Amino acid sequence: MVAINIDNRPCEAPEGSTIYEAAQLIGITIPTLCHMEGLSPSGACRICVVEVEGMPSLTPACSFPVREGMNIQTHSARVLLARKTIVELLLANHPDDCLYCIRNNNCMLQNLAADLGVRRRRYTGARNEYKEDVSSPSVIRDPEKCILCGKCVRVCEEVQDVSAIDFIDRGSQSHIGTAFDEGLNLSSCINCGQCIVVCPTGALHEHDSLKSVIDAINDPDITVVAQHAPSVSVTIGEEFGLPAGADCDGMMVAALRRLGFDRVFDTSFTADLTIMEEGSELVERIKNGGKLPMLTSCSPGWIKFAEQRYPDFLDNISSCKSPQQMMGAIIKSFFAERENIDPAKIFSVSIMPCTAKKFEAGRHEMTRDGYPDVDVVLTTRELARLIRMRGLDMLALQPEGADTPFGERTTAGKIFGASGGVMEAALRSAYFLLTGSELEDLNVTAVRGLEGCKEAHVKIGDLEVGVAVASGLKNAAALLDQIRAGRDDLHFIEIMTCPGGCIAGGGQPLSTNKQAVTQRMKALYALDASAETRTSHKNEAVQRLYEEYLGSPLSDKSHHLLHTHYTQREVLL
Amino acid sequence: MTTVAETGTAPVLAEIFARHPGAGRDALIPILQDIQDTMGYLSLETIKEVGAHLNLPVSKIYGVATFYNQFRFQALGKYHVQVCRGTACHVKGSQGVLDDIRQILKLEPGVTTADGLFSLEVVACIGACGLAPVIKINDEFHADMTTAKLDRVFKALKKEAKSND
Ligand code: SF4
Ligand code: SF4
Ligand code: SF4
Ligand code: FES
Repeated sequence: MVAINIDNRPCEAPEGSTIYEAAQLIGITIPTLCHMEGLSPSGACRICVVEVEGMPSLTPACSFPVREGMNIQTHSARVLLARKTIVELLLANHPDDCLYCIRNNNCMLQNLAADLGVRRRRYTGARNEYKEDVSSPSVIRDPEKCILCGKCVRVCEEVQDVSAIDFIDRGSQSHIGTAFDEGLNLSSCINCGQCIVVCPTGALHEHDSLKSVIDAINDPDITVVAQHAPSVSVTIGEEFGLPAGADCDGMMVAALRRLGFDRVFDTSFTADLTIMEEGSELVERIKNGGKLPMLTSCSPGWIKFAEQRYPDFLDNISSCKSPQQMMGAIIKSFFAERENIDPAKIFSVSIMPCTAKKFEAGRHEMTRDGYPDVDVVLTTRELARLIRMRGLDMLALQPEGADTPFGERTTAGKIFGASGGVMEAALRSAYFLLTGSELEDLNVTAVRGLEGCKEAHVKIGDLEVGVAVASGLKNAAALLDQIRAGRDDLHFIEIMTCPGGCIAGGGQPLSTNKQAVTQRMKALYALDASAETRTSHKNEAVQRLYEEYLGSPLSDKSHHLLHTHYTQREVLL
Repeated sequence: MTTVAETGTAPVLAEIFARHPGAGRDALIPILQDIQDTMGYLSLETIKEVGAHLNLPVSKIYGVATFYNQFRFQALGKYHVQVCRGTACHVKGSQGVLDDIRQILKLEPGVTTADGLFSLEVVACIGACGLAPVIKINDEFHADMTTAKLDRVFKALKKEAKSND
């Protein structure tokens, strides 16, 4: 620990911590725009400057380490004036678009301008005119609102190992773009939306699909069906002021009904179904010498990454569709038949933590007999907007349960929302499928937590099964490179695109940060710890679906509806 | 030195890569310069190859290349127009000349017209200050440019191109 003074208060901070971190420890927030926890500092924006006694110029707090005896002023008159000027200069070529901007009321630039008392335009710079890039089904880019903080570039490179975007041109022409300034849809972008979550402004946002949903709801001839992903119930509360990790499952279901959805299903149901299919696939591959290690297939960002960067692993990827697509498929088949509804008259909406799910829903592999399995994907953020638009006080609603036949879930399906959850759920059921008895301890703690790569060796009968869990594609790539180089002790690998899993997805509330993700993860495991049914093979509704419709896991019908295959994709890498 | 016309791009690139061993990031700019010198511009294909060779994402290479004015991403036009923006030409109104050309050819610096006829480049000083404001089309200098003269020159070139077809 080093002893320092911050704003005339003596305090201590761990050696090596930055001024920014030290101030945070004593409850002082120094504003940042370009700083990102855990990633390389960039020092691009200088909004975080502070005064350090003895140093002639102002010092960026986000990257400068504390030293014994340092005297720091975080909000002196000189500091505040410098910050205000920085914001005014950023605004000099910024469109005054707040009223029409998706980030109105939720924008770091706008907040800073307000906090620092910017009340008139003092500088007017030449504005570059850029077209919005609306080419991607997932992520929209509006470079006019970009302040060149570079966060998106760093996440894309350092977390996802994708590098779809970078700084292009220089000086006043400098902007963020793809190679050859192509549309994002043609680039190597895997649609993860991590860049959206870190962007301080409205320069990046999801492809908004609310209108088509509202239109469908208002059409009396259409049966509008919703499904919600496992993680959404523990994140949406943050949009309405609840602390991270508060589970709003019942209130959210009630809200979806008030919004006019005719049926509300729980994607955790098809997560259980996925485990039945994927677990059986794993067992079959192990027993019959199939391609190993098997890789999970539920994260659509990872799937595109594999298609373009690791096509040699496509046969390792489980043929299971993702839970979203499985739900979509059985809604327009089993459910439609049972309820005697023409599938063409069903509008299937999924509420997802994820922008890549929008891309997934539009894939040609996800359409059968001319109907897309899922019509529209809304992110957690879009659902929150819809709820606000309708003036619903979600937190005041009486909790309601999801609808049959796809409303019942076990917590094995629920923990899909956290990195390691699919693996844990799969191990619980694979153990049962291989040995006929239950795992003694259902808690597979080795695969839990926020580390980027987790590994375990689990004894199932005589077999020692090697498993690994990677989240954040940079971690996944490192693991796949080991396997390319000959590593062969692994049987099953879970890969999630976003670091920490769906609870940190690119469609989640913008309050997403490490602390929030930790709380969301805790919430999912707490639900699991207190649940009675914690294994997918014990989901009775899933068993009924097999009895009444699918037959058995990996049956022809299952294959037709629930499985697919991916092929190599040529993009500029 | 092998030329693209003789062998296609692969051997030319191989030769360039061989000239810059080490394959680190430091090699990027010299490699791009050599490619531009031999092929006239940086094509999407060549940038892809450079990316594979140096293990760099194409977005990064494109970002670095656009940082410097010297790189082009399209083949030169049949008529490559260079506008001098040196001091002497500037004093004599070369900004107006550039704006005129932009208008007449509907063309921005660094770009080539869709029909492949014209490409435009802004150069610092072409070394013909006596002729200011001066432009150079392929190897030919055109002195004392005015709007009317530019009109005539480009009309003539378009005609010439048509009759050659
Ligand atoms: S990005 Fe922020 S400051 Fe800019 S228009 Fe949108 S809300 Fe306003
Ligand atoms: S969505 Fe993901 S892959 Fe695409 S640009 Fe953003 S961070 Fe990169
Ligand atoms: S798009 Fe957003 S995150 Fe990326 S540089 Fe611009 S302001 Fe920063
Ligand atoms: S936040 Fe410190 S320089 Fe941008």
